[in-house]
Amino acid sequence: MKKEITLKINGEEFTKEVEPRTLLVHFIREDIGMTGTHIGCDTSSCGACTILIDGKSAKSCTVLAVQAAGKEITTVEGIATTEGAHPIQEGFKENHGLHCGFCTPGMMLRAIELLEKNPDPTEEEIRWGISGNLCRCTGYNNIVKSIKYAGAKLRGDELPSTEPVFVE
Amino acid sequence: MIPSSFDYTAPSSLDEALKLLHDLGDDAKILAGGHSLIPMMKLRFAEPEHLIDLNNIPGLSYLKIEGGMLKIGAMTREVETEESVEVAVHFPIFADVAKLIADPQVRNFGTLGGNLAHGDAANDQPAVMLALNASVEIAGLDGRRTVGIDDFFYGFYSTAVQEGEILTEILIPIPTGRSGNAYHKVERKVGDYATGGVAVHLELDEQGICTKAGIGLTNVNPTPLRAVRSEAALVGTSLDVDAIASAAQYASEDCNPSSDLRGDIDYKRHIIRAVTKKMINKAKQRAFKN
Repeated sequence: MKKEITLKINGEEFTKEVEPRTLLVHFIREDIGMTGTHIGCDTSSCGACTILIDGKSAKSCTVLAVQAAGKEITTVEGIATTEGAHPIQEGFKENHGLHCGFCTPGMMLRAIELLEKNPDPTEEEIRWGISGNLCRCTGYNNIVKSIKYAGAKLRGDELPSTEPVFVE
Repeated sequence: MIPSSFDYTAPSSLDEALKLLHDLGDDAKILAGGHSLIPMMKLRFAEPEHLIDLNNIPGLSYLKIEGGMLKIGAMTREVETEESVEVAVHFPIFADVAKLIADPQVRNFGTLGGNLAHGDAANDQPAVMLALNASVEIAGLDGRRTVGIDDFFYGFYSTAVQEGEILTEILIPIPTGRSGNAYHKVERKVGDYATGGVAVHLELDEQGICTKAGIGLTNVNPTPLRAVRSEAALVGTSLDVDAIASAAQYASEDCNPSSDLRGDIDYKRHIIRAVTKKMINKAKQRAFKN
C-alpha cells in the first residue's frame, strides 16, 4: 500500500507516493532523479549514501523514505550556492581530497555536520568524525586536510597550505 | 537490497501505538532508530508485515535527572548521551560506549531503547546497563511496569518486552558518593561488534573502600552477562592489585564466548581478562578524581 509523503530536498518541496519499503537513497536517486548520493555497500557501513536529515548526517540506505516525511533533506546537489562552491567542496578540490570520487558526496555531507558541531576539530577528531565513511583511494590524509581547510574557511581563519604532505 | 513489503504507520501518541500493536499482534514490529531492524529487513532476516514507527510520538526522547535517577527516554539517540555534559558528570561511561557503537551517522539515529529492546548480546549498551544497575520501564495497554536489568534479557533477541508492549524509559540510579565508571571493547574495526567488551561501575566510601561494583560483559555469552564473582571480589577491598587481578580472572572464567571469526574461546577469555582489569583501573581513577 503506497503512502503519500511530502518532504524538502535542498529547499525544494516534493510530494510523491512511495511504497513503505522504499529506502530513502532509492527515493532520492530514482524517484527524484538526484544521483549525487551514492550507494556503496548498502549495509550502512561505507557512508557513500550519507545525506543530512534536518541537519543530521544519516546513512540514507538505512532510512525509509516514509520516515523522511516532513523533513528537510540536504544532498550534495544542494550545498553549493549561487556564490560558488561550498567551503567543503573547495577544500576537497584544493587538497586533492578525492581520487575516484565515489565516497566524496558522503564524506562532504558528513564533514558539514562535523564542522557545524566542532568548528575547529583536531586531526583525531576529524578521523573519528569520518569513521563511518570509507574511502578506498586516498588513504584519508587528503580528506583530513580537506576538512581542516574547510573548517578554516568557515571560521574565516587563514587557510592552511594545500601543498602535498609526504608521509614517511 | 530491498525489504519485503510491509505496511507502515507512524502514530502520534503512545496510546495509539499500543493499540495498534495490540490489534496487529505478532505481525507488527516497532521501529525506533531502525539501524538494527532495517538492515535485518533488507537481508530478509526480519519480515514484519507492519511497522509501527515511534519517531512521531512526542515526549519519548529526553535525558533528565529526577528523584535520584537519571531517566533516559527510550527514543533518545546514542549521540545525545555521548554529548551530554550533564550525563558525563556521573556517567563518563556513556561517552566511552557511544564512541564505540557503530559510527557517527548511526549514532544520530540509533536509540538507547532500541539498543536494549533488540536483545542482542553483541550490543554494547546492555553491559553498561548491567554495570549501572539500571531498570527499564515498559508500557502496555494495561499500564506501565518496571523491570530490573537483571530480569530483562531473556535470550537471543528476546527480552522482557512482551507482545503488545513498548519500552519507554531507562532508569539509572545516581551514585551519591564517590564513583567512577568506564567501558571499552576490543573491535576489529570501527563499526564491528565487540570481540569482547567490559563495562565497570564502582562506588567508594570516604576511605576509598569499594562499596558497590557493577560489571557487565558484551558479546561473550548468549545474553549480556553480569560478572557476579568479579563484582564480589571488589566489594570491601581498597581495589588493590590483587583484588583487581581476581576480578579480571573471574570474568574471564565466568563468560561463555563462542569461537568465531573474531577469535577463538581462549583468545576471547584473554580479552575479557585484560579489558576487565583495564576498565576497573580506569573506573577507579575516575572515582578518585570525583
